[in-house]
Amino acid sequence: MRLGKKLWLIIFLKLFILFAVVKLLFFPNFLDEKFKTEKEKSAYIMDSLTTSK
Amino acid sequence: MEHVSELVDWSRAQFALTALYHWIFVPLTLGLSFIIAIMETVYVKTNDEWWKKTTQFWMTLFAINFALGLATGIIMEFEFGTNWSNYSWIVGDIFGAPLAIEGIMAFFLESTFFAIMFFGWNKVSKKTHLLSTWLVAIGSNLSALWILIANGWMQHPVGMVFNPESARNEMVDFWAVVLNPNAYSKFLHTISSGYVLASLFVIAVSSWYLLRGREIKFAKRSIIVAASFGMITSLYMLASGDESAHQVALKQPMKLAAMEGIYRGEERQGLVAAGILNPAKTIGDDKLDTFLVKVEIPYVLSVLGYHSLDAFVPGVNDIVYGNEKHNVMSVSQKMVIGKEAVTALGQYKIAQKANDEIAKQEALKRFEASEKYLGYGYLKDPKEAVPDMPLVFYSFHTMVGLGSFFIFIFFMILYNSMTGDILKQKWLLLLGVLSLPLGYVAQEAGWIVAEAGRQPWAIQDMLPVSMATSNIAAGNVMITFWMFAFIFTALLIAEVSIMTKQIKIGPEGH
Repeated sequence: MRLGKKLWLIIFLKLFILFAVVKLLFFPNFLDEKFKTEKEKSAYIMDSLTTSK
Repeated sequence: MEHVSELVDWSRAQFALTALYHWIFVPLTLGLSFIIAIMETVYVKTNDEWWKKTTQFWMTLFAINFALGLATGIIMEFEFGTNWSNYSWIVGDIFGAPLAIEGIMAFFLESTFFAIMFFGWNKVSKKTHLLSTWLVAIGSNLSALWILIANGWMQHPVGMVFNPESARNEMVDFWAVVLNPNAYSKFLHTISSGYVLASLFVIAVSSWYLLRGREIKFAKRSIIVAASFGMITSLYMLASGDESAHQVALKQPMKLAAMEGIYRGEERQGLVAAGILNPAKTIGDDKLDTFLVKVEIPYVLSVLGYHSLDAFVPGVNDIVYGNEKHNVMSVSQKMVIGKEAVTALGQYKIAQKANDEIAKQEALKRFEASEKYLGYGYLKDPKEAVPDMPLVFYSFHTMVGLGSFFIFIFFMILYNSMTGDILKQKWLLLLGVLSLPLGYVAQEAGWIVAEAGRQPWAIQDMLPVSMATSNIAAGNVMITFWMFAFIFTALLIAEVSIMTKQIKIGPEGH
């Protein structure tokens, strides 16, 4: 296989793995998943900052 | 507590793994792009087809590195949203601006002209092609600028106010964020280290050809460009490192104390050029010696850190327990003020729920009076404010030692190339080949100093890493840690094998 084709193949394979597999299956946005509004997210963070772990 | 500690450790390990692997690809892109641009400029000026062939060969290796490294940094953004959601929310407004500018301006500039540079040799004029090559180099370095502005803000947060209503830092002075001296010194030091690494890369490959007695003309030309570029940029790296250390001394004295292994500070503090830390030494102990053995240059740290011979350089014990004589506030005192800030935030939250405007304003006033040390309010023990001393100390000295060694290598190779003796100096060529892995070691050591030295802070003095993570299972982070370790190792193996194959083919077979 020529170098150019090999590099394009690696790029597309990598982008597919990163965005279609890794991001979708393993990296949901924690706050987006738990809360619908910005206000709810702010309240959650304020709770985190004022409650000792 | 155990869950939090395990979660923080895995989240940090995953971020460190991602950043360290990402940084294998980036510095070569930053530096090689300029070396290629210089070579192509010589080609356009002289019309010598040899220079075109030389440029095209290095451009091929640049393309391999670019393709393999592409998007490895995006994983850090995934991690922000999943593992570090508190942190991402709190810094969101500050990071948003530089990263958006990076995406729109620098990345598109870099990518657009990359296509012309790589595919446009016979499709555009020589001068247009040369301009594209220079714009790729400038674009990739501009990308680094915006990323390092964001990183510089974490080391020294400026230009924002914390809004308890939204629980976010909101940017109030864009230019204070952009012109943050910490960001600039870090940017200049980081890109110049990339130029040094790229010079070592060209020297290593060229030395390998010369040792094998092949591609002589090509290798000699490449080595002269790389050694000249490396010599100039390594001296600049030294100067920018000095400015970077000065900024650390002013804004992150604990990091400087860890870098130099100082427990008890002194006026006219010497610089430890090399040494072995005493493993029995602990924080607060003034009896045991800090070093088993050391080589120290008197007065130099006071001069470099504070630009004064008589300056007092605080040590770990001064910062943790305070030093009245030199007006150093103890971590315990900062913790008291930090806890007031946390309490005020809690009162603001209660007043907000009760819709009590007067109580909100009172709580806000209390918070503003103590928010400078907010992060200390989350520490349980003053000793938590101390980073891993041996890790930071040895990383720093590895970086500085190797940086000095590279100046020697560049000088020797340049001198022998100019006198025409480079082919006779087999030992020097061998050293040229061996210097490349050392270049990567120095790169990674630099980032360990910058990031491990900032611990326990995600944002200096404002947010410790223990408060920055999401409330997720440590096991999930552990699984994705090993997944990334596999993906990145596969990419690294691919990079090395494709690169090696192309180098073996050589410029003639290109």
